[in-house]
Amino acid sequence: MTLEVVVVTLIKAAIVIGGLLTGFAYLTLFERKVQARLQQRPGPNRVGPWGLLQPAADGLKLFFKSSSTPSGRDRFLYLLAPLISVCAALSSFAIIPISGPGPLRLFGHSIGWYVMNVNIGVLWYLAVTSVGVFGIFLAGYASNSKYSLLGALRSSAQMISYEMALGLSLVPVFILAGSLRLVDIVNAQHTWWFIIPLFPAFFLYLIAGIAETNRAPFDLPEAETELVAGYHTEYSGMRFALFFMAEYINMIIVSSIATVVFLGGWWGPFGILPGPWWFLLKVIALLYVYVWLRATLPRMRYDRLMALGWKSLFPLSLAMMMITAVVVVAAEGTL
Amino acid sequence: MALREILLGPIYIVRALLTTFKHNTRPIVTIEYPERQKAVPPRERGKHILHRYADGLEKCVGCELCAIACPVGCIVVEAAENTPEHRVSPGERYAKRYEINLLRCIYCGMCEEACPYDAITMGPRYDLADDHPDKFIAVKEDMLEPLSASVADTAVPSGAPSAQPVARKW
Repeated sequence: MTLEVVVVTLIKAAIVIGGLLTGFAYLTLFERKVQARLQQRPGPNRVGPWGLLQPAADGLKLFFKSSSTPSGRDRFLYLLAPLISVCAALSSFAIIPISGPGPLRLFGHSIGWYVMNVNIGVLWYLAVTSVGVFGIFLAGYASNSKYSLLGALRSSAQMISYEMALGLSLVPVFILAGSLRLVDIVNAQHTWWFIIPLFPAFFLYLIAGIAETNRAPFDLPEAETELVAGYHTEYSGMRFALFFMAEYINMIIVSSIATVVFLGGWWGPFGILPGPWWFLLKVIALLYVYVWLRATLPRMRYDRLMALGWKSLFPLSLAMMMITAVVVVAAEGTL
Repeated sequence: MALREILLGPIYIVRALLTTFKHNTRPIVTIEYPERQKAVPPRERGKHILHRYADGLEKCVGCELCAIACPVGCIVVEAAENTPEHRVSPGERYAKRYEINLLRCIYCGMCEEACPYDAITMGPRYDLADDHPDKFIAVKEDMLEPLSASVADTAVPSGAPSAQPVARKW
């Protein structure tokens, strides 16, 4: 029995990792295509039909690039940093239930639509993304370059600041759902998606999530037009690709969490599509918003970014949490 | 001030998002170069063309005025006599050898102006690229109009359609 659980979990983890890596590859293509359409360009269209093989070409290119390393680097941490980033990004997807409500019946076994269904749920996600900050900081620290170090400091400062708002904007959901388990949270949204009562919280989560993944318009620690690259300046070839991968997988994960927590996960309005498709559609819609914002908004100034995080998003999410708590308590009091 | 920004900021952002979204419906402006090219102006001075009369005879009579007029001396003309058995041009002589060094040429168009028979004109081809300097010595066959060519055929770069609206794929 325990062996069976281990094997099933390993298989599920392999599927999730494979899916995420493919998702990352095609997310880069998706981003380039969508952005090209928003700028009246055709986008990549040479490799394969509609450029569908472009990610493969990019991957091949990165594999064969020479991987130059700075002298005086911390050899161990220099290699460890990209791995921490990627592992943190990949493992935070483990808690996300792709479909439901019941488990998948396959060959007489019942298999859940997730890698693990832990009772700490979203806390796992918040904890693991915090580990991802180590990857970024160690990359800057181990590169023996002052620009990398400054970029890493700014990136980690930004990520830590926005983690406050990110975590707090999820608290109203826990209050309404009464659980941290993501499966329970989605099941609680069977009639009403939480985006309807908690729209401000969703909005705050979206902004904080964009800042948390260092994406435009909050991508200033690695602003490619102004700085060279921020914390991964000294990385090249496949090691750079790992950071790139971590950033895009984090985008997928922020969108997945938003889908599960606010957009009702696998529940669709008319039940016309099976659960996983609804999940995928919602994630893609959120990723489109990501790219759309990147194609639209200019980069913020760094002090403005910090002011937005600490002076606006943090108090607003606190207020949202308190209002939700008061409303829930008041509603229960009248019952 | 801060409150005003908080209240109006989202409106501005949504307006900006709608502005970029509108571009989805607009046509693609990219001209995908090797397959499609921009139409060149009618008096573009590109690679030279040696013309023929309608009956197929070459206009060039081998007078070498173009070679004399050329400020960089990139034209070499070697003339030969026309004979009744071997008639290439209607005049007394024709160009047996006509070569232009396209790397040396400055595309000034003086040869065109010097020519008494309008035998040489500057054509529309501007995308001259190759992998060896020797390949830029254009010989007579490279520049001569094909036998069936009319003026309209040589008005656009050979081998490439002129700019047409690109069909929207995706």
